[in-house]
Amino acid sequence: MSEKSTMTLLSACTKGGMATVCKINATGPLKQRLVSFGLMRGVDLVMMECSPTKSTFEVKVGTLNIALRKEEAALIEVCNVR
Amino acid sequence: MSAKQITIALVGQPNVGKSMLINSISGARLHVGNFTGVTVEKTQVSFEIDGYDFKIIDLPGTYAFTDYSIEERVTHEFLINEPYDIIINVLDSTNMEKNLQLTAELMTMSKKMVLALNMSDEADKEGIVINAGYLSQLLGIPCVSVSAVAKSGLDELIQSVIEVINEPVQEQKLIFSEAVEEEIGLIENYLNRHRFTAAISNRNIAINLLQKETKTYRVLHDNPLWIELQPILIEADHHVLLHHDTDDMKEAFAEEYRAFNRGILAETVKTNITAQSKKTLTEKIDSVLIHPFFGIPIFLFFMWGLFQLTFEIGSIPMDLINVFFGWLGETVGATIGNEEIRSLIVDGVISGVGAVILFVPNIVILFVGIALLESTGYMSRVAFLLDGFFHKFGLHGQSFIPLVSGFGCSIPAYMSARILKNDRDRLLTLFVIGFMSCGARLPVYVLFTGAFFGPAMAGNILFGIYILGAIIGLIAAKVLKMTAFKGADEPFVMEMPKYRLPSLKLIWHTVLTKTMMYLKKAGTFIAAASLLVWFLSTYPKNTELATSFATKIEAATSEIQVKQLENKLAEEQLSASFLGQIGHTIEPLFIPLGFDWKMAVALQTGLAAKEVVVSTMSVLYSLGSDANEQSNSLVNAIHDHIPFPSAVAFIVVIMTYLPCLAASVVFTREAGGIKYFGYLFTFTTIVAYSLAFIAYHFTLWIG
Ligand SMILES: Nc1nc2c(ncn2[C@@H]2O[C@H](COP(=O)(O)OP(=O)(O)OP(=O)(O)O)[C@@H](O)[C@H]2O)c(=O)[nH]1
Ligand SMILES: [Mg+2]
Repeated sequence: MSEKSTMTLLSACTKGGMATVCKINATGPLKQRLVSFGLMRGVDLVMMECSPTKSTFEVKVGTLNIALRKEEAALIEVCNVR
Repeated sequence: MSAKQITIALVGQPNVGKSMLINSISGARLHVGNFTGVTVEKTQVSFEIDGYDFKIIDLPGTYAFTDYSIEERVTHEFLINEPYDIIINVLDSTNMEKNLQLTAELMTMSKKMVLALNMSDEADKEGIVINAGYLSQLLGIPCVSVSAVAKSGLDELIQSVIEVINEPVQEQKLIFSEAVEEEIGLIENYLNRHRFTAAISNRNIAINLLQKETKTYRVLHDNPLWIELQPILIEADHHVLLHHDTDDMKEAFAEEYRAFNRGILAETVKTNITAQSKKTLTEKIDSVLIHPFFGIPIFLFFMWGLFQLTFEIGSIPMDLINVFFGWLGETVGATIGNEEIRSLIVDGVISGVGAVILFVPNIVILFVGIALLESTGYMSRVAFLLDGFFHKFGLHGQSFIPLVSGFGCSIPAYMSARILKNDRDRLLTLFVIGFMSCGARLPVYVLFTGAFFGPAMAGNILFGIYILGAIIGLIAAKVLKMTAFKGADEPFVMEMPKYRLPSLKLIWHTVLTKTMMYLKKAGTFIAAASLLVWFLSTYPKNTELATSFATKIEAATSEIQVKQLENKLAEEQLSASFLGQIGHTIEPLFIPLGFDWKMAVALQTGLAAKEVVVSTMSVLYSLGSDANEQSNSLVNAIHDHIPFPSAVAFIVVIMTYLPCLAASVVFTREAGGIKYFGYLFTFTTIVAYSLAFIAYHFTLWIG
């Protein structure tokens, strides 16, 4: 995995930003679901859209757009934020 | 000789076009929509090609072999426990990497398989070129590029299935990293040495043991070999986890599969860079439709537009239909000599069925709206937009999908609640779906708004009724969440499909199927119900009443007086009928809401089906008034006989009370027990009664 270059939570990212997933803190079925959406360690993602209250996010992973809530985004650690 | 039968399990991730593919191959009419979780139950379609009897089972889409939600469980249980000859794994050509994750998992099942690379038309447009031949070679599985929309590659797909069926075995080539291969090899060797054989290959058993696949695990666990196998497995486990620097075996395997898939795709898929680099159309549309501030207003505007159209366009053919049924009643009535049979046919069946068919144009427009929402991809966007808002009321963003289906009909809505992973969320959604006014309630609303408001306002009022229903539903959800369904919030993670321009044909088929169902219901169920209502409201004939009025009528001096007396007779006859008696018995319960006995009865009959409210009123008011007055339509009757505050309270009850019989049955099944029906009954009755009471008195008070 990439070096420990300042890890942040996905929920703290801003619109238009790019980042690399470095850890997923979810467990069980939720983790499985995130993984099958392609949200795995080492994958790049783009923050596409977030609601005014920052409660719901849309991220793009590869060719896929995924909607998730703040609580779920807070389980995803990203690094290399661009 | 009977034809050879081939049973095919159609498996794939959600929204890759499985149902559409079956429709294109067999001409079936399975429900298709551009969001995940359209199919929630397995459906079988049979057809014959080249002397083979094909039986395809359309399964709900599944991302991976973990039981995330109920509908995914359906698929897994089918794949593991039911007999089938071959799997067609459908993939979206524009999303190969994600789709192949499932394929890799399927490959460990040692089943015959063919890959259908669907949406090849879209791949072409996006500049994605897949070398299907080479992919087949690398995977050891025939891969066919198909397009369910353009109907290309379908024959080839069927031919591949027939070929694979007739081949003895198929060697699939799933390859792992060296470290994992080593462990697989160890376990496989051990099994081989001890001459262990099963329906699936020892290599796949080894993989499944490592992955902790429950069924394989269980079988081996009961085998004497287990004592020696267990330490080997523990060691292997340890090595794999260490190699992947994780404590989660599923994650390790997901990474293995991804590495494998990437390797394969690098060799078989070429993407035309220029076509990819520009901002996709979907992103452009999304920047407007899910705009943080304008997104929700735009959605509300679309909704408002839909209800305006429902009224504006819907009213054009309505007059024609009204005239037609009036004419039909008169013409048919004229040919029937017997007064009683004439009344049965004209006042009972024609009047009841006509009243329901009258609203077909409105229903069609509503269906078109829902079909557009479902098939363009906008549905998931609205779920995204509303999640934050819904969340405050304890609902899940994805609840939006069943709730929207609820505007069409509650039955599919109850079923589609299966996409919600958590039972608490699902139950909560099930309880709220009834507050989303279904299509069958539209006739009642159109009738009443038409009776009390001019055409300019009626569309707005109708929109208001639907919004109000939805708000009541949200508040009800909040109350339930705070009392009955307390608990932690469930995750919201959802795929957003790309926008697709739905073909006219698809919309046409969807709307046609639903409309035909509505018409069929009008012709059978509603006709029967109208007959029953007619019977109950015509008998017993009170001869005393008739003779006493006959003398009065004879004594009458003017034409007007005669007419008045005749009307009074009809009214009293109706009042003395079975239904009248029932109505008068229950009337006291409804007096606080301002309902007369006819309204009370209509509400009760509405429990059978909501359209019956309209047909019952039509029968009751056409019997009560002068039957020859054809121009005096139901709308006028309602305007003349029902005070405005009572009408408001009536609408409120229709909005909130118990769903119809068929929906209640489905609700009980989906919720998982008759006790939930008890709760629903109590809950909706309390809500309906108290809100109607408030509405009645409030409207009275404001004048
Ligand atoms: N362009 C294009 N669109 C397609 C094709 N096949 C299906 N679609 C569209 O893809 C969407 C999904 O189709 P469905 O058949 O409902 O997908 P499904 O796999 O059955 O989905 P679930 O039942 O949710 O698992 C619909 O909007 C279809 O119109 C295709 O070959 N080309
Ligand atoms: Mg489907």
